[in-house]
Amino acid sequence: MHSRISERTVSTVLHGTEQSPLRESASNGLKIAIVGGFGVGKTTMVKSVSEIRPLSTEETMTQAGVGIDDSSFVRNKTTTTVAFDFGRISLDEQMVLYLFGAPGQERFWFLWDRLFSGTLGAVVLVDTNRLSDSWYALDRLEHHGTPFIVARNNFTEPRHTLEEVRESLDLPPDVPMIDCDARKRDSSKAVLVALARYLYSLSTNGAAGESTA
Amino acid sequence: MIRGPLDKEGPDRLYTVTGGRSRADESRFDMVTLIVSESDPTPGMQSEHVKILRMCRRPLSVVEISSYLELPVSVVKILLCDLLDTGRITARHPQVARLGGRLPGPETLKKVLVALQNL
Repeated sequence: MHSRISERTVSTVLHGTEQSPLRESASNGLKIAIVGGFGVGKTTMVKSVSEIRPLSTEETMTQAGVGIDDSSFVRNKTTTTVAFDFGRISLDEQMVLYLFGAPGQERFWFLWDRLFSGTLGAVVLVDTNRLSDSWYALDRLEHHGTPFIVARNNFTEPRHTLEEVRESLDLPPDVPMIDCDARKRDSSKAVLVALARYLYSLSTNGAAGESTA
Repeated sequence: MIRGPLDKEGPDRLYTVTGGRSRADESRFDMVTLIVSESDPTPGMQSEHVKILRMCRRPLSVVEISSYLELPVSVVKILLCDLLDTGRITARHPQVARLGGRLPGPETLKKVLVALQNL
């Protein structure tokens, strides 16, 4: 453990020099997950909208986790470790929105229920050159019943229309799609607004929201 | 970006920090439960507890505490259980989690939408 680094970050928190402290009245934490394959821009998006410098941590399961209670599995010491980044946005006096950059890899989904139950919704960040990286994440989100939108991160000029991407991903017509540049705050903000609009429409209609593409 | 060296962390230290307890009670906290100190550290207190009490003088989420302590979320939850049981912290739980993981009502989601639009 790098205790020197640890002490420094603690003192940073205490003195609030770099990381702005939450309001005293903050009381309701909310979660949104930004899911995508390696290098697709999850952390970049978190960074561009977060009010704090993005942090990272990890969750480790060294006990008989993943719903396995058989003690023989404990002796085998199956360890699942998943690292993730996050940032936050204070929405009002009470609500604080936490944005999690969630790795799309398979082992991560073992921890989804434990870490991400109660998540408002997810942004699936895709790179059109590597669409197949998103298939597993899309499948898992549907499985967990987490509402999501798809955001295409355009580091370069896109070669396909969003409708072509929708077809390739076999997305239902009601799932909103949006183009973005995760490096830009306004663009990342527009993605979160699109997700929030979709969630709001789901809560009022119990049906599909309008396309925000 | 803080990159925790947790990968190099042997399970031994995590065992020591938690007194060997497993994750029995950790469902009492969500990752975004906000923790607030209700007292100052006292002499002889475990160093992780001292750090938590100091950093939570203003509300701070479980996941932020985990990042600053460079300990996995589940280990931090165990430490927080001790502090909650002895009344040294209070926990502000997310209202969504209380509803059993279902979407919040339209009033809350409207507030989220408007707040994001006004960023």
